[in-house]
Amino acid sequence: MVWQRLVSTLRHGPASRPAEPLDEAATRALAERLEAAAQRRLGRSLAIRQVDGGSCNGCELEIHMLNSIVYDLERFGLRFVPSPRHADVLLVTGPVTRNMHEAVLRTFDATPDPKWVVAVGDCAIDGGVFKGSYAISGAVGTVLPVDLVVRGCPPTPGQLLNGLRALLEANAG
Amino acid sequence: MSLSAGIIRAAPTEPCQPWPRHVLPGEAWRAMAASLGEAGAPTLLALWADTGRVHALLQDPDGAWLVASTTVEDGHYPALSPQRPSAAWFERMIRDLWGHDAEGGRDGRPWLEHGRWPVTAPLSTRPPTRQSPGEPAEFLPVTGEDYHQIALGPVYAGIIEPGHFRLSALGETVVRLEIRLGWLHKGTLGLMHGKSPRAAARFAARLSGDSTVAHSLAFAHAAEAATDTQVPPRAAALRAVMAELERVANHLGDCGAIADDVALSSLSARFCWHREAMLRAASVAFDHRLMMDAVVPGGIAADIAPGGAEAILRALVALGDELPELVRAGDNFSSFADRMVGTGVVTPALVCAFAAGGFVGRASGRSFDVRRTPGYAPYDRLTYEVPMLAAGDVDARVRVRLAELGESISIVRALLADLPEGSVAVPLPQVTGEGIGWSEGFRGDIWHWLRLDGGQISAVFMRDPSWLQWPLLEAAVAGNTVADFSLCNKSFNCSYSGVDL
Repeated sequence: MVWQRLVSTLRHGPASRPAEPLDEAATRALAERLEAAAQRRLGRSLAIRQVDGGSCNGCELEIHMLNSIVYDLERFGLRFVPSPRHADVLLVTGPVTRNMHEAVLRTFDATPDPKWVVAVGDCAIDGGVFKGSYAISGAVGTVLPVDLVVRGCPPTPGQLLNGLRALLEANAG
Repeated sequence: MSLSAGIIRAAPTEPCQPWPRHVLPGEAWRAMAASLGEAGAPTLLALWADTGRVHALLQDPDGAWLVASTTVEDGHYPALSPQRPSAAWFERMIRDLWGHDAEGGRDGRPWLEHGRWPVTAPLSTRPPTRQSPGEPAEFLPVTGEDYHQIALGPVYAGIIEPGHFRLSALGETVVRLEIRLGWLHKGTLGLMHGKSPRAAARFAARLSGDSTVAHSLAFAHAAEAATDTQVPPRAAALRAVMAELERVANHLGDCGAIADDVALSSLSARFCWHREAMLRAASVAFDHRLMMDAVVPGGIAADIAPGGAEAILRALVALGDELPELVRAGDNFSSFADRMVGTGVVTPALVCAFAAGGFVGRASGRSFDVRRTPGYAPYDRLTYEVPMLAAGDVDARVRVRLAELGESISIVRALLADLPEGSVAVPLPQVTGEGIGWSEGFRGDIWHWLRLDGGQISAVFMRDPSWLQWPLLEAAVAGNTVADFSLCNKSFNCSYSGVDL
């Protein structure tokens, strides 16, 4: 049973896709931002905590795919952690709802410095279609200091991966 | 015909498509509410409101569909929850959004309202400005010695939506789980008011991202019913292709997540690989991996792209070829079965009492599927099975989903082999009307209701299947170990955003 699976895997080779070339400009901009903030570098390994600030779950579905064998996030030194206390990066989705506002702030406070905030998806960037609702605090940037945005509704795993790798490169200096 | 149905049918009607809406005087509604406790009473599928009335959708045991309303008097209406516990969450939601109090309701605690909005009763005619911050949430008491409580969320576990789970445990055993939601309330219904169905469809598509096709479809059906619009056959067929593809992708993702939860990584990897293949095929065919905004009122946003059908078929054939091996792999690992079998059991009686749909219902012997009844095109011309089991545990829910994969594959193959020619959308007339629409999402039956005033939405409600499934998770987890909470939760995979509105 197990050996059959092993043989089949060896025969077919890895299912992971090769990484695409990075957006040099984005990486440079992030590196400059890092210098400006005089933030201590975290090296070539970043721990990510995902926080849903009010999304429709579309962004989470695609973030999940980063963990699949197709994108295999960990080969880049990036991994998801269950607690903000273990995280270097907060990956925040959704327009931040008023009901989640305090929880998002507390999660940020629970994340040790130095830390990065990545706003994922169109809602996180400007509120998206939910702009102007009584139930929305606003974009992630109105609640937390955002270092990087990944656009899309939702962004594809490829777009997410490129954003996170740019962060990693900038961070490694 | 049940007593409740008799009371509802005796009331005068207002136009609503496809079923007239009966407006019950206060006393008649009270009598109907009381009769819901009798044997053979109708099942309650949804309870919602507008600024002046409360509405209920029911199905009589003889199969008839009943829509009932009552006028809210002095801010009150007789509650349904004393006889029908599944109404309790709806009643709390109605109070929080419209300010109508369910008189005699079983649970008066706030639900979506966390004391954070600038106004209270935001969907009422003149929402009052908030005067005081909300009270901290109250949880049901647990009395006795040696109990401890575990508070999970709203930020908890991994990549997941926010919710709060209060586990009261005696040692390793969960005695009670209480769920508190509402963290994702985005005011979606309010944002849809005053918009055309075409503009408001973007909100239906974002009620619950994983069911974007299914919710868009139910919304489109409601708008088409309200405006008496017939969708071209090609659009109906391609909508079903998308809906089945969405079902397959979600079942694969969730089966992968469950395999991962019980540490069977090799199986999880294969499920996720196939999920990715489905999303890519969807992207080729419909220009979006999740097919968001692809279904619109009147048809679909764009015809299937050249090469799209081939891409979908390639992905489905690859899955179909490997599926028996994936099912066998699960069977061959006793440690896998050990975690799944007998875990998180929901009894058939409870599933029927709550009218839980989808794989939650079908794993406990309730075969309800709105593709069959009341039905919609193109499923009337297709042959397919609705898999059903009776055990009601995590294992049964997974097996029902695995069986549904096979059915969906054959549905899509049949549809693509015989796609009708012609246009893929028609414009909706700008009229006044009211309609109910439904679709079978991967979680189960979805119901949308809307009222159009000169082509613009004046009232709307969207009922995700999770409304009637979340409460059963509370029952399923009781008596299991704390460590199995995550597995039970994954086996339901209810929507947070879908019920938070």
